[in-house]
Amino acid sequence: MSDINVKKLSKEEAKVRFDKIADDLTKPMTKFGMGFQVWAFILFLGLTLFGYAYFIQVKDGLGVTGMHDYTAWGAYIANFVFFVAVALVGMLITAVLGLTGIKWITPISRIAEMVAVSFAMIAGLVIVFDMGRPDRVLNVFIHGRVQSPIVWDLTVVMTYTVISTLLLILPLIPDIAIIKKRLPNAPKWQMILWNLLSFGWVGTPAQYKSIHKMVRVLAILIVPVALAIHTVTSWLFASTLRHGWDSTIFGPYFVTGAFVSGVAAVIIVMYVLRKQYKLADYLTDYHFDKVAKLLVLVSLVYFYFNINEFLVPAYKMKAGDDHHILTLFTGEWAGWFWFAQFFGNIIPMILLLFKKFRKPGWMFWISIFVILGAWAKRYIIVIPTQLHPHLPIQNVPEAFHVYHPTGPEIAITLGTIGMAVTIVTILAKVFPVIPIWETAEEAGVDRETINE
Amino acid sequence: MSQKKDSKGTSRRDFLKSSFVAGAAAVTGGGLLSSFAPSEDLGQKVKVLTPEGKVVEVDEAKMVPVKEIADQIGLSEMQKRSREGIAGKHWVMVIDQSKCRNARKCMEACQTAHHLKPEQHHINVLQMKDGEHTAPYYMPKPCMHCDNTPCTKVCPVDATFKRQDGIVLIDNERCIGCRFCVAACPYSARVFNWSETLDEKNGFEETYDMELNVPQKKGTITKCLFSADRLREDKLPYCVSACPNGVYWFGDMNEDAVTNGTSGETVRFSTLIEENDATTLMPELGTKPNVYYLPAKDRQFPFAEEDKEKFNKDHHDH
Repeated sequence: MSDINVKKLSKEEAKVRFDKIADDLTKPMTKFGMGFQVWAFILFLGLTLFGYAYFIQVKDGLGVTGMHDYTAWGAYIANFVFFVAVALVGMLITAVLGLTGIKWITPISRIAEMVAVSFAMIAGLVIVFDMGRPDRVLNVFIHGRVQSPIVWDLTVVMTYTVISTLLLILPLIPDIAIIKKRLPNAPKWQMILWNLLSFGWVGTPAQYKSIHKMVRVLAILIVPVALAIHTVTSWLFASTLRHGWDSTIFGPYFVTGAFVSGVAAVIIVMYVLRKQYKLADYLTDYHFDKVAKLLVLVSLVYFYFNINEFLVPAYKMKAGDDHHILTLFTGEWAGWFWFAQFFGNIIPMILLLFKKFRKPGWMFWISIFVILGAWAKRYIIVIPTQLHPHLPIQNVPEAFHVYHPTGPEIAITLGTIGMAVTIVTILAKVFPVIPIWETAEEAGVDRETINE
Repeated sequence: MSQKKDSKGTSRRDFLKSSFVAGAAAVTGGGLLSSFAPSEDLGQKVKVLTPEGKVVEVDEAKMVPVKEIADQIGLSEMQKRSREGIAGKHWVMVIDQSKCRNARKCMEACQTAHHLKPEQHHINVLQMKDGEHTAPYYMPKPCMHCDNTPCTKVCPVDATFKRQDGIVLIDNERCIGCRFCVAACPYSARVFNWSETLDEKNGFEETYDMELNVPQKKGTITKCLFSADRLREDKLPYCVSACPNGVYWFGDMNEDAVTNGTSGETVRFSTLIEENDATTLMPELGTKPNVYYLPAKDRQFPFAEEDKEKFNKDHHDH
């Protein structure tokens, strides 16, 4: 990983430089300031609220949500699609950019993996929270049918979670060996955890070789798995005969959309960590500029798929599709639709073309809008289609013509987002968010000094 | 079943054409079957079609009615039987739209039989209008019991399945409540128990009968079953017998015979379909339904005036 152009440092220079890097990157792990405590308290409150809402749902059934027979999938499924989408960023950064030898991802790759692991993990849970009979979840393993896209989805989500976790843990090994030596006063449980996760790392050439090899193999493996997880998620919809879902480009349309929301999520986390962990020397304006350009690229590709997905059926106005398109373009879903298109895709893409906006502060706010737009987009992919089925909705209560999420439903949805954010928070506290050894190597510190 | 006899090379189709008794092996009673079959053929020996498609002769005295067997067999056997369906049958329904006056007796009978709430419909009489200048009509809509089923394909746990007699059933003791089948069904035929069911409220705790889908369970699916429990007893489905207007014909496609639920008249299925230019619902979807519709021409009951206002409102919402 070391850069060829870095000039050779003397032993003393290397030691000083390494100490500075290691101190800067481990300091946030030991500090629990006011800001962190408030943040932890908010997360705790959110999770408590979630627990209460889910208790009500288990007790009284899915009837406590706004769902009914003409919107059998609601906010939970939209949220699930959003989670899978965000999780895909791990593959984009570690595999696609990593394998092509792009250097600026060094301080970002671990953050991307942390986001990926957290969201992939909770995605599986979101599906369980949506089930009418969560007590029968094991039936999926006992009676699972390989013909069902749900079974494919669960399989790939679990595989992706495992590979992403490995891609997070493996490059952590040398770092944990470093931390162990530098933070001798850490609590006992943390010491035990570090002892376990450093896997006897001493920094021999053989160990370096095997870690690089494993990461490389996993990075290659994760590409098809990641493509599969979001493609299969899109098939939950595309495999039906409903207007608005019956589309052949749903796979790539979802995958490209996932890259947009994933990159935006990573930008948000990068910004918060840079500020809270005082990492401006490591997550520099240069890195933000590069990620911003990446966001422009993936937004452009997504924009292209949106044109295909909406303009082609809008041109034909086939019976059934016509109504779907009109409710999105000018009807009751127009607000959601145009917000998602403009604030979630088009405006961010245009703004980030200008250097002025490719700065951390601006990018944070732009990414917030991209994320909100991404969630709204999943919502209008899932819900409107069900509200205009092939046959008219009759002889049922008026409320079956619309869908409004209820309080418990919103609490559970926000709660799952809270869970993923909590995991990111914990990971970012227990482990260094930026790889110490790779950063040191790129700064010209020799391996001997790193592993001393 | 000891006296197996070869059918002397007669093909299955020829056999059915000659309208002999075709049906489930030893577990067939009379009822529906005998009403279609020429009675003079019934003697000491009865010809029946085995699940393997072979014609065999059985001693009539040895045949045991379904009900007694249900008492004798255990629960797991009953579930197995419910999943397999009635051998040799291919159930079919024909709905005559020219006769429907929206009496809704079918909906009532169905909801009573299956312990459904007022907003839950296994069969729903819809008020239809195809185009701006076309006439409105009533269209009863049960499950289509498709041969290319969008719903059973997507089920992750085999809780909804297609039986050998063509019926699409559900097992609410296995259903995990993912509602993928609701999303997949283009006919909106599937209903979910979103909250406490009537059975749970009333403390109704009978052994689960898959062919009736009772007791209903919270968090699971329910849907039209073609009254599989009634077919087992050689009776017509609940909705079919409840109709006062002769809308429904029901029978076995293998026998090529359907019986009208109101008049009791039995006719050839193929003739009824051919002479009345029958269609299926949304055939372009490729679902291959087993419910056929006769067109709403020469209507005996024109679209009710009081429905028109409500109807126009509904369709404006659309």
